[in-house]
Amino acid sequence: MTSDLFTYTLRLADDAAILGQRLGEWCGHAPTLEEDIGLANVALDHIGQARNLYSYAGEVEGAGRDEDQLCFLRKEREFGNCLLVEQQNGDFAQTIARQLFFSAFMLPFWRKLTGSTDETLAAIAAKAEKEAAYHLRHSGEWTIRLGDGTAESRARMQDAIDLLWPYTGELFEADGVVERLVAEGVAVDPETLRDEWRATLARVCDEATLPLPPEGWMQSGGRSGRHSESFGHLLSEMQYMQRAYPGMRW
Amino acid sequence: MTTEPQTAAIDAAAARMRAWEIAAEVPDPEVPVLTIGDLGVLRDVRLLEDGAVEVDITPTYTGCPAMSVFTMDIETALLKAGFPSVRIRTVLSPAWTTDWLSEEAREKLRAYGIAPPAGKASRRALFGDDEVACPRCGSLATEKVSEFGSTACKALWRCTACSEPFDYFKCH
Repeated sequence: MTSDLFTYTLRLADDAAILGQRLGEWCGHAPTLEEDIGLANVALDHIGQARNLYSYAGEVEGAGRDEDQLCFLRKEREFGNCLLVEQQNGDFAQTIARQLFFSAFMLPFWRKLTGSTDETLAAIAAKAEKEAAYHLRHSGEWTIRLGDGTAESRARMQDAIDLLWPYTGELFEADGVVERLVAEGVAVDPETLRDEWRATLARVCDEATLPLPPEGWMQSGGRSGRHSESFGHLLSEMQYMQRAYPGMRW
Repeated sequence: MTTEPQTAAIDAAAARMRAWEIAAEVPDPEVPVLTIGDLGVLRDVRLLEDGAVEVDITPTYTGCPAMSVFTMDIETALLKAGFPSVRIRTVLSPAWTTDWLSEEAREKLRAYGIAPPAGKASRRALFGDDEVACPRCGSLATEKVSEFGSTACKALWRCTACSEPFDYFKCH
């Protein structure tokens, strides 16, 4: 029987690790050198957050699993990250839209989690919140530059927003795990973040001259381990080293 | 009767102070003009019963690769100084901020060619930049090239007065 705290922490770790892995795929391929370094830096922040969260999840579980085992030796259906973070990089606009949606949510999320009754989660959140603020600034500025840019960049940014919009609903899902932990003061009720999230997106997209899609049908499944087709391919690359050389350390 | 424990206590305090000074002098591998003492990365140093030194450090950025180098360098410095064993603990709370950089540390950065953080991390806006003075000519006619630079803690800027590109130590 796994505890709610373990599941909750592991989901947060999976979000961070998978987004870090996706962003890392840009390394050596970004449109400019500065952006190559920028995306790798954002990836590094996410991987750092994932390391802290996986280590803590392992501690909470108490079964002797460490950060590497949790990240590299679990199967696809055991991952509880939201679908948004695993979406493929696509063109640069898609990567920016994914980052904008996620960081606009994570900034108030981490800020609120700093008040968690769980001291370790609160401490991790205090660090992550500053990083999320920088990620939001980065993706927000790019959204504005591309949206309010050329006809080509605007069309691509709009397509990216429309494409990824159905994956944003999952950010606000709360199952029994979240509800019970919210009641204990450990977790953040995601619904309380919706207004700020919408306001941030509205501000950025207004300036970018991009209309936001209407609310509508939303994708779901990541939290319970039902992932996109591309997710298995991501794991095969991310987990290759530990699968090939179990227990390997740098 | 009381002199021995008192002497032992004084010795322990002196040893702890020595360990602290040695650890504090370890330079940042990526910005070698700053030490971990200057950065505020060093949080606490304790002498344990078994003679080991326990050092608390706090990460600047969660994924900063320099942290593992810090850990090794602190361990090496203390072992070299004769401490029998060293344990490094990472503490996350309170979260590190550039507000902890001393005036002296900021001046060291400037002299090294890196613009120190402008303004307070606690007073940040979603968009809009701080005024960053060129570390070489002092001009405020500067512009941001990229939010991200060669390390997690820096952004890339350029001076339009003297044309020099420079690193800016981000407000964090």
